[in-house]
This record gives sequence, structure tokens and C-alpha cells, in this order.
Amino acid sequence: MDAHVAQLQMQYRNYILSLYQQGFLDDQFTELKSLQDDGSPDFVAEVLSLFFDDCVKLVGNMARALDQTGTVDFSQVGANVHQLKGSSSSVGAKRVKGLCINFKELCEAKNYEGCVRCLQQVDIEYKTLKAKLQDMFNLEKQIVQAGGIVPQVDIN
Amino acid sequence: MARDGGVSCLRSSEMMRVGIGGMESPPLDLDEVHVLAVDDSLVDRIVIERLLRITSCKVTAVDSGWRALEFLGLDNEKASAELDRLKVDLIITDYCMPGMTGYELLKKIKESSSFRQVPVVIMSSENVLTRIDRCLEEGAEDFLLKPVKLADVKRLRSYLTGDVKLSNANKRKLPEDSVPVNTSFPPPPSPFTISPDSSDSSPPLTISPELSDSSPPLSPLEISSSPLSSPIDDEDDDDVLTSSPESSPARRQKMRSPLD
Repeated sequence: MDAHVAQLQMQYRNYILSLYQQGFLDDQFTELKSLQDDGSPDFVAEVLSLFFDDCVKLVGNMARALDQTGTVDFSQVGANVHQLKGSSSSVGAKRVKGLCINFKELCEAKNYEGCVRCLQQVDIEYKTLKAKLQDMFNLEKQIVQAGGIVPQVDIN
Repeated sequence: MARDGGVSCLRSSEMMRVGIGGMESPPLDLDEVHVLAVDDSLVDRIVIERLLRITSCKVTAVDSGWRALEFLGLDNEKASAELDRLKVDLIITDYCMPGMTGYELLKKIKESSSFRQVPVVIMSSENVLTRIDRCLEEGAEDFLLKPVKLADVKRLRSYLTGDVKLSNANKRKLPEDSVPVNTSFPPPPSPFTISPDSSDSSPPLTISPELSDSSPPLSPLEISSSPLSSPIDDEDDDDVLTSSPESSPARRQKMRSPLD
């Protein structure tokens, strides 16, 4: 077996495990991976791409809603948080989802500073996840280009 | 590849790519299940679509209750002849949607003569018992907690198929609710117990299509190939509630006295 491929595969495995261990991903991500097959090899990438588009849009909405000089419409912010919570949950973006749960409470409490801080965290968090997943996809590509197959990673 | 009925059904359903409005007669294939999925979230639509396709369903996904009604031809009063050919076997809808909620959509569907018999499943990210109860009271067949998993969809699929085989019994009931009329098919007590993650034991990173029928231990009904009669044929309107197989706390069981 090609040592280079084996090394990449090991790297990949460790990387995936670390993403779960550090709480970036949860079992819904595993579920999505399980829905991917040779017939739909880009399913996960496609869903994630839509998710990150969603993040950009929703964070933008929230920033605008929180940027009102005057009264902030917290229900508007909350509605966007709800949507982000939903999609992060659907893709297994565990940390983003967790932040959304806090965010929702802050909206309900109409805690302006709290909301602003939380929004900043959400922004950082989804971008971090995006970078991590990009690295993961790059590793997959490298493995395939080196002639190997992307290993299934048992996270249990 | 496995030689069981699940795979051959999958094969033939892939061969029979019948268009939505183009079917003149009831489909002959068990797997010609057409599901209308309603969700305002694009991410969720893509996921539910994939889940349904993996379980051999044809899917139409729309982004709002209004579009769903439009699709069903319920947005105006005209009784179109096209509706006879529009076969929808299941409607699965998100609860929280702007404009028209899933609950409101459910009510409209149950008020319609053409589609009230179609099972409606509600999805929600929130496990609110009053919400679940309200939906079940209004005639929802089941309530799924998001994020929806393959096991959940397989379960839906299995009771749709189960209904077909109980040719004498009420088609809309879940098998465990149905009266064991003169069918040889025994109402499975708990084979439909599927906890959310049990169906595909552990490393589920890739799923082969054959697995779509292999997980819930379904009875022989999967293997035969008699015609699928549409649940719409069923005349029993009074059967409102069916209990959903246990599993997660969200599955609230509505234990009504069995109709017999």
C-alpha cells in the first residue's frame, strides 16, 4: 500500500475525529455522510455550501436588525436565530447550534449587548467551521488524487 | 447485491420514472410513493429530499404552505381533472414556517375532500408536547423531531407500505393500530420500535441503497409485488389519530381506544 496514501488517510481520520471531539460536529453530520454515496458523491459538500450561504444571509440580517438606532426588533433577530439554529442542527454544526440556543434566550430577554456579543461569536464560529470543513474536503481530494479512497471514519 | 424484494423494487422504481402529472393509472410498483415535502429552509429541503429519495420515494419539495396548496390544486376552488392524476401518498411539512404554519397547512389538507386521506407528517425542531398534541388532534399521522434522520423516514415509509398490504383494514393506520382483519399479516407489535439511531448500527458513513429496506425488520409485505392502491381510496375519515412508534420523547403516543 502506498505509504503516502496511508499517511493521508491517517491524517484524515485524525482530523475528522478531532472535529467531533472538539465539538464542531455532531451525529447529524455523521448522518449526512451516510446519505452520500457513489451516486451522490457531493451531497455533503452541497448541503454544507447551502448552510454557509444561509449563515452569511442570516448573520447579515441579524446584524442589520441589531444595528438600529432606536428600538431593536428582537423578534426579528430571534426569527433569524431560529432559522440558523434549524439549519445548523440539520447539518450537524454543533457549536453554531449551541450558540444559537443561547442567542435565542438573549433575544427573548431583549439583552442587547448579549445579542451583539453572541452574534460576533456566531460569525466567528461559522467561519471557523467553514475553514475546518474546507480542510477536510481538501484532504479528501488529496487522498483521491494520490490514488486512495477516503476512509469511513467510525466516530464511536 | 441482496436478492430480496427491497432491491428489486428499487430497481424497478428506477426504471419506472413516471412523471408526476402523467400517471393515468395507479402505479404498479410498491415504491412509487410520491411525497410532498414542505419546508421554508433550503438546507432542510435538500436533506429531506435526499432522505426520501434514498427510501425510494419520488419527491416534490416546496418552500411554503401556499406553494403546497398550489401544487395540490387547493388554492382555488376549481376541481381540476388533473387532480385525478396527481397522486400524493404522503405530505411532510415543517411546523414553523412564515406565512402559513405546518399546522395551518395540515388543517387545510384535512378540510379538503381530495386530500384529507393523505397522511400528513409534521416536523419540528421543538419538542413541545402541546404542539405535538395539537397536530395529532388535527389529524397528523406522525410528528418528527428535527433534525430528521434516515431512520425516521424509513419508519414513515414502512407504514405507508404496511397500509397497502392491509387491503381489508384501514389503510391510514399504523400497523400496530390496525385491527387484524382477515389478513395473514399480523399487526407487528414492536418490530417498528426504531430508536433514532438503531436502524443503521454503527459506522454509517456510506449507505448502500440496498439498506433502504433492510433495517426495520419488516414482514414479508415488502417482498410481494401486488399493486399499490392509493391511501386516498380509503373512506374512513374518523380515524384521526395513530400512535407513532415510541423511540424519542418527541413521539407522543396518542392512545385512543382502538376502533373495532
